[in-house]
Amino acid sequence: MEKNITVTLRVWRQKDAKSKGGFKEYQVTSTTDTSFLETLDILNEDLVSKGEEPIAFDHDCREGICGMCSLYINGHPHGPATKATTCQLYMRRFKDGETITVEPWRSAGFPVIKDCMVDRGAYDKIMQAGGFISVRTGSAEDANNILIPKEKADEAMDAATCIGCGACAAACKNGSAMLFVSAKVSQLALLPQGRVEAARRAKAMVAKMDELGFGNCTNTRACEAECPKGISIANIARLNREFLKAKLKD
Amino acid sequence: MSSIFQSSIGRKLIMSITGMCLVLFLIFHLSMNFVAAFSGSAYNAVCGFLGTNWYALAGTAVLALGFLLHIIYAFILTVRNRKARGSVRYAVEARNSKVEWSSQNMLVLGIIVLAGLGLHLAHFWYHMMWAELAGNEYEIGATDGTGWLQYYFSQIPVVICYLVWFVALWLHITHGFWSALQTIGANNLVWIDRLQKISAWVAGIIFAGFAVIVIGFALKVFPLFD
Amino acid sequence: MTTIDSKIPEGPVAEKWTNYKAHQRLVNPANKRKLDIIVVGTGLAGASAAASLGEMGFRVLNFCIQDSPRRAHSIAAQGGINAAKNYQNDGDSVYRLFYDTVKGGDYRAREANVYRLAEVSNNIIDQCVAQGVPFAREYGGTLANRSFGGAQVSRTFYAKGQTGQQLLLGAYSALSRQVAAGTVKLYTRYEMHDVVMVDGRARGIIAKNLVTGKFERFAAHAVVIATGGYGNTYFLSTNAMACNCSAAIAAYRKGAYFANPSYVQIHPTCIPVHGDKQSKLTLMSESLRNDGRIWVPKKIEDAKALQEGKKKGSDIPEEDRDYYLERRYPAFGNLVPRDVASRAAKERCDKGFGVNNTGLAVFLDFSEAINRLGIDVVRQRYGNLFDMYEEITDVNPGELAKEINGVKYYNPMMIFPAIHYTMGGIWVDYELQTSVKGLFAIGECNFSDHGANRLGASALMQGLADGYFVLPYTIQNYLADQITVPRFSTDAPEFVEAQKACEEAQRALLRNPKGKDGKSVDTIHKELGHIMWEYVGMGRTEAGLKKALEELKRIRKEFNEELFVPGTEEGMNNELDKAFRLKDFITMGELIANDALHREESCGGHFREEHQTEEGEAKRNDQDFFYVGCWNYKGSDDETPELIKEPLVYEAIKVQTRNYKN
Repeated sequence: MEKNITVTLRVWRQKDAKSKGGFKEYQVTSTTDTSFLETLDILNEDLVSKGEEPIAFDHDCREGICGMCSLYINGHPHGPATKATTCQLYMRRFKDGETITVEPWRSAGFPVIKDCMVDRGAYDKIMQAGGFISVRTGSAEDANNILIPKEKADEAMDAATCIGCGACAAACKNGSAMLFVSAKVSQLALLPQGRVEAARRAKAMVAKMDELGFGNCTNTRACEAECPKGISIANIARLNREFLKAKLKD
Repeated sequence: MSSIFQSSIGRKLIMSITGMCLVLFLIFHLSMNFVAAFSGSAYNAVCGFLGTNWYALAGTAVLALGFLLHIIYAFILTVRNRKARGSVRYAVEARNSKVEWSSQNMLVLGIIVLAGLGLHLAHFWYHMMWAELAGNEYEIGATDGTGWLQYYFSQIPVVICYLVWFVALWLHITHGFWSALQTIGANNLVWIDRLQKISAWVAGIIFAGFAVIVIGFALKVFPLFD
Repeated sequence: MTTIDSKIPEGPVAEKWTNYKAHQRLVNPANKRKLDIIVVGTGLAGASAAASLGEMGFRVLNFCIQDSPRRAHSIAAQGGINAAKNYQNDGDSVYRLFYDTVKGGDYRAREANVYRLAEVSNNIIDQCVAQGVPFAREYGGTLANRSFGGAQVSRTFYAKGQTGQQLLLGAYSALSRQVAAGTVKLYTRYEMHDVVMVDGRARGIIAKNLVTGKFERFAAHAVVIATGGYGNTYFLSTNAMACNCSAAIAAYRKGAYFANPSYVQIHPTCIPVHGDKQSKLTLMSESLRNDGRIWVPKKIEDAKALQEGKKKGSDIPEEDRDYYLERRYPAFGNLVPRDVASRAAKERCDKGFGVNNTGLAVFLDFSEAINRLGIDVVRQRYGNLFDMYEEITDVNPGELAKEINGVKYYNPMMIFPAIHYTMGGIWVDYELQTSVKGLFAIGECNFSDHGANRLGASALMQGLADGYFVLPYTIQNYLADQITVPRFSTDAPEFVEAQKACEEAQRALLRNPKGKDGKSVDTIHKELGHIMWEYVGMGRTEAGLKKALEELKRIRKEFNEELFVPGTEEGMNNELDKAFRLKDFITMGELIANDALHREESCGGHFREEHQTEEGEAKRNDQDFFYVGCWNYKGSDDETPELIKEPLVYEAIKVQTRNYKN
């Protein structure tokens, strides 16, 4: 049954990238069937009515697929629910009277823009370094000429479900983006059409990831545990394999 | 090839290879110690055989280099990783039950292991290989490994230190072993859980083996014969 | 009267596109480098167009409102993408896909465009597979297909329930490749505010950097808008939070006709609204209707008990349930097209048979399927959707609730229709050029291919067709004589003035006449949404639409006199950005209502209650309304726009009444 719930939100407020930030506490009343982001909406409406600036946070599709929402809630990226994004988090996960701490992603690769909003442009740059198959528009052969075993296609699909939200780097104590990079490298390495450039891709994407200041993977599996799409670190093993194989040939 | 060790994965590769060599060494070390559990004289023969021959010295040098690389890179990686985390830390960090504690604390465990290693070298290596090389003489002979075992493990504080050391080593290897394989890419969806189990077994066997030796000597049960 | 030239090529429908391509003008590679193209939006249409144009050698400037091109709302499409491959050997063909799409659109689409769409559909699949899109496969390694509403063949390609995501990531990867190659320059967290006109042609845009809060000027030889639909006019919809119609409205204010705005698709299977704090509606995949049965109680007292919370769905036995879709449409049953299913739900709820506290929900029940197939099979098919439903509503639809007389009843889901897609959009000719020279519109943003109703799995097809295979050709026909035009300086007076106008508009929004006692953007937007849903939603009447137009005037006044926006124009100010969008949603609302009021017929997504058959089915009026209704801006938002008609000419298809009964 739907119940009212009053919580204290301890939210990171930071004017812009250059300013120093800090926590501010707000009380907000919502209901158990309301989503966490809608509860932030309620709080923001309240702030606006008082003439204060609302809290800035990223969000868009609100159905767990665009990867826009972030937030580190009570010590978990995307909050305490597993295999769900922040926008899929509902207030019934919290207790009445609870204090909920809301922070932006913390990683050198994701600088804060404002409040709980961070810049994840680094992930785009990694993709631009090699997260593609070089094929001209209109030059492709008939789709069924490339046969792909179902198991491979399914595994590639599982890797491809990555939404690029950044929770992996946010969860990692090393600020490593390996799960993100490995998901793309894996997806394309598993498919025959992606194998052609596999070596070049693995090297280029890892080099870009290193250049942008992400950390080294120490296989803690925190990324996998917090990934809203449940991407496996088996992909990281494949990335290591692809990368080392490519490097040994140089 | 040349730039491989300048990449994040390359640096991890060094940790992986040196780590695996160290695990192999531990297994070799343990199997030797088991000789002492059965026969003191046989163990002394092994100690004598490994004394200060060129191959024993070369092995020690390689081993020391492996250790050194493993330790240096552990610090390099830690520094880099802390930097990658950014200057502001999370105010609240919850532990995810799916994340092993040891995997998050490899450096702390490693430092305990290193401290234990210092103690161990001071106890045995200094009195045995080093004594032979430097010509130092003690009451117990440089090749009388069994004698040294009996001498140190009759002291309760030493036994406790060693057991703490082994626990740290155990936790370190539970994560380290499969992690090393993961880093070289020897893992996949099917093997991921198996490797973690194997890792736990390897670490468990190493821990239990050494612990049995120490406790056996502490209780004066070992050597079983002669 | 203004006449309209849709530039449809000569010849039989099947040869038009081939003829066009054979005779169109092209730009040679050396000249392409000298030509700049602005593409606004990075969804399926925008990203694929930017990538393809960049690859051809044009210099492309690509803008997106989110932090990354990969966030565009195309990503949320679940079901699949249609193509006439006939891999299943079930008799599919380009003609059949063309025919189904025209029929599904209730005979209000342009024949030539739809045929071209069906023609290039196959190239899309080839292209996407080559890019590494992991479509579902058979054990033999070939591509798998599923069937979808409104077709008798299996022609839908899919990647789990995330086809839109995978196709968008494919286009995004192609785009990323061009960004790395330097042919495309990407601007993220930018929002387009105006089209800059120089000598009667679109020559650039003014866009706001959402982080710094500064308006910036961008020049190009052509401007392409690919900014999606206007569903968020209704406040609650399945669209993402940032989806807006401001770019389209900016184009409209600069003279681009807005076509068929009243054709709005309402998706029947969404999770019902639960309270006034809700921010958006969640779509449950249409595939649920394959095994789920839709019902409301037969007895009004049962419905009352449900509304008061005294009874649960599982308390009502089989004989007291009204499976109204199966009753009304025996041949298609629960699988009737979206518009039909949505209206039938509304009809029942209007009669008081709604099943939740708001009276605006119907049941979607899996009891029969679970009893027939077992819970494991059903969970295998819909498990992730059941979990998603449970996470949102705290009800598990796979859970056994009750056994009455030996019949097992499981918790039913509750669903209700919601705004989902907009078939109407910026009017474009065959070349996807708007009525403004040099301004193009692609994807959901234009009106071109779906007529009055879009079939499932056709939106992805259209977005990618426009972006990969149509626009990159047709835009050259325009650019061919632009090669002598040098790059523009953004210091030209037209640009400076346009920027100034944007800044003035921004200052006006920050006037806050009532201070913080005024109303927030969301408060006014919710009012707008309420009026739109109530009077311009699923069932429309002349009186209701007139009332809506009056109410919209009131809302505009309220917006001008009572809006409160906190903060300043410096730096990031989300409320301010939302205020800009709301201003355009109000204009959009008026466009929809005006179009709906003038169109005295029912067709596809537009249902006028005055125009229905005795059985309550839509009644088209081909005699008087067989045309595209284009609205021309008259210089002020307060003035009613001028209606211009583009007559529809059908050469290949015989216009009939849609029939899903038998």
